Amino acid sequence: MARLATSDALIQVTGLRKAYGTTLVLDGVDLSVRGGEAVGLLGPNGAGKTTLLKILATVARPTRGDARIAGHDCARDAERVRGLVGLVAHGTHLYDDLTALENLKFWRRFAGERPDVEALRGALAEVELDDCADLRVRTFSAGMKRRLSLARMLITRPRVLLLDEPFSSLDQGARKWLEQYLHAFTAAGGAILMATHAFGRELDVASRLVILGAGRVIADLPRGTLSADAIHRLYALHTEDAR
Amino acid sequence: MTFLRRAWAVTWKDVLVERRSKETVNAVLFFSVLLLFVFEFTLGADRERLAAVLPGLLWLGVLLAALLGLGRSFVLERENDCWEALLLTPGDKSAVYVGKLAGNLLLMALVEAVVLTLFTVFMNVDVARALPGLVLVLALGTLGIAAVGTLFGAMTAHVRARELLFPVLLLPVLVPVLLAIVKSTESLMAGEPLGVVSHWLKLLIAADVIYVVAGLLTFDVLLEG
Repeated sequence: MARLATSDALIQVTGLRKAYGTTLVLDGVDLSVRGGEAVGLLGPNGAGKTTLLKILATVARPTRGDARIAGHDCARDAERVRGLVGLVAHGTHLYDDLTALENLKFWRRFAGERPDVEALRGALAEVELDDCADLRVRTFSAGMKRRLSLARMLITRPRVLLLDEPFSSLDQGARKWLEQYLHAFTAAGGAILMATHAFGRELDVASRLVILGAGRVIADLPRGTLSADAIHRLYALHTEDAR
Repeated sequence: MTFLRRAWAVTWKDVLVERRSKETVNAVLFFSVLLLFVFEFTLGADRERLAAVLPGLLWLGVLLAALLGLGRSFVLERENDCWEALLLTPGDKSAVYVGKLAGNLLLMALVEAVVLTLFTVFMNVDVARALPGLVLVLALGTLGIAAVGTLFGAMTAHVRARELLFPVLLLPVLVPVLLAIVKSTESLMAGEPLGVVSHWLKLLIAADVIYVVAGLLTFDVLLEG
C-alpha cells in the first residue's frame, strides 16, 4: 500500500513518544490513517495500543512527538479534536443507576444539546436495546452495556473512531451489526483505528494492519486477503523479532 | 445558556442517581443521628454547659456529615470511567463543578434540616427566634464548605488515600468559614440581633466568593489532569 500523504490523513502520528516516569510506552510511533480507512492495531499486552488511542482521544498527553486528528493537534487543540473523535475504551462511560435512555439523555444534555427522545430511542433500536430503554444499566449484561456504550458514542456522529477491543462481550448478532456499522462508517469517509487482540472476523473491517511492539510500529501491512492464520503467523514473527 | 444546561444536566444526573441508590444520603443521615446520640450522652442534662457548646456541636455535626458526603461526590465518576467521558465531551468543564456544587448543596441542605430538627428535639433547644438569622448563616456556611469540598473532592477522587487526604486538605482551608459560622451561630442562639454578627457575615460572603471563583477557575485544569 502506498504511503499516505499527510494532507489526506484524518489521523496523523509522527515520532510519538510517551513515558510514564522511567517507563517508555511509545517510542517514536509514526502512523497515518486516511478517511475511508480502518486500521487494525495489533500488539501484545504493554505494546502501547491503549496509550496511543488515549493520546489521540486527548485523554493522555504525549511526552514528545506529534499526534493530529484532521490536522488539529491533540495536545494543543484538544477541544477541537474532542468534537471529531469517538472513543470506545475499556470503561463503558455509563451510569449504572440510570436507565439506558436516561444515560443517552444525560450525555446529550451535557453536550449542550436538547435531547430528541425519538432520535435516542432510534439509536437504542439500532443496537437492539429499544426494549430495555427504561431499564437501569445495572441490570444489563456486559454485552448490553457495550452496545449501549456504542450507541452513546454514535449519537455524537464522530469523524474518527478510536476503538479499544470493540467486539469484546458482544454476541454474534451485535458483532454483525457492529461490523456492518464500521463498514458503513468508512464508506462514508470516516477513519477507524481499532486496537484488538483478536485475529478472527473482527479484522475483516480493517483495510490495514499495524503491529505495535515495544512501543514502536514493527509492521504495517495491507489487510488484503490474509487469513486469520496468516495474520497470526505474521504477528508471531514480528512480535518475536521485536523481543 | 449552554453552560447552565450542562451544569443542570450534571445536577439532574447526580440527584437521580442518589435518589435511586441512596448510598450517600443514608450514610450521612445515619452518621448524623449517631453523632447526636453521642453528644447527648456525653453532655447529659447540664443546660449551661450545653448552651456554651451547642453552636460548636451543631456545626461539628454538619461538618463531619459534609466530609462524608462531599468526599464521595466524584466517586461516581470513577465508575465505568465516566470521568473520561466528561473530559472528552467538548465544552466548558467548569459546568461539571457548578453542577456538582449544586448537587452537594442540596445534599447538605437536607442533612442540615435533619440535624437542626434533631438538635432541637434531642437537646431541647428553642431555635425559633434565631431561625431566620440561623438559616442565613447556614446557607452562607454551607456554600463555603460545599465550594471547597467539591473542588477537593475532584482533586482527591483518583488518589488512593482519598479518605485520609480529603479532610486533611479541606479543614485548614475552611478555618475562616468555620470561625465565622460558629461565632455567628453562638451570638444568634444567645438572642443577639443579626446586625451584631454582620462582620462575620461579611467574612463568610467574601470566603464564599473566593472559594466559588477559585473552583470555577481551576476545575478545568483539574479535570484535564
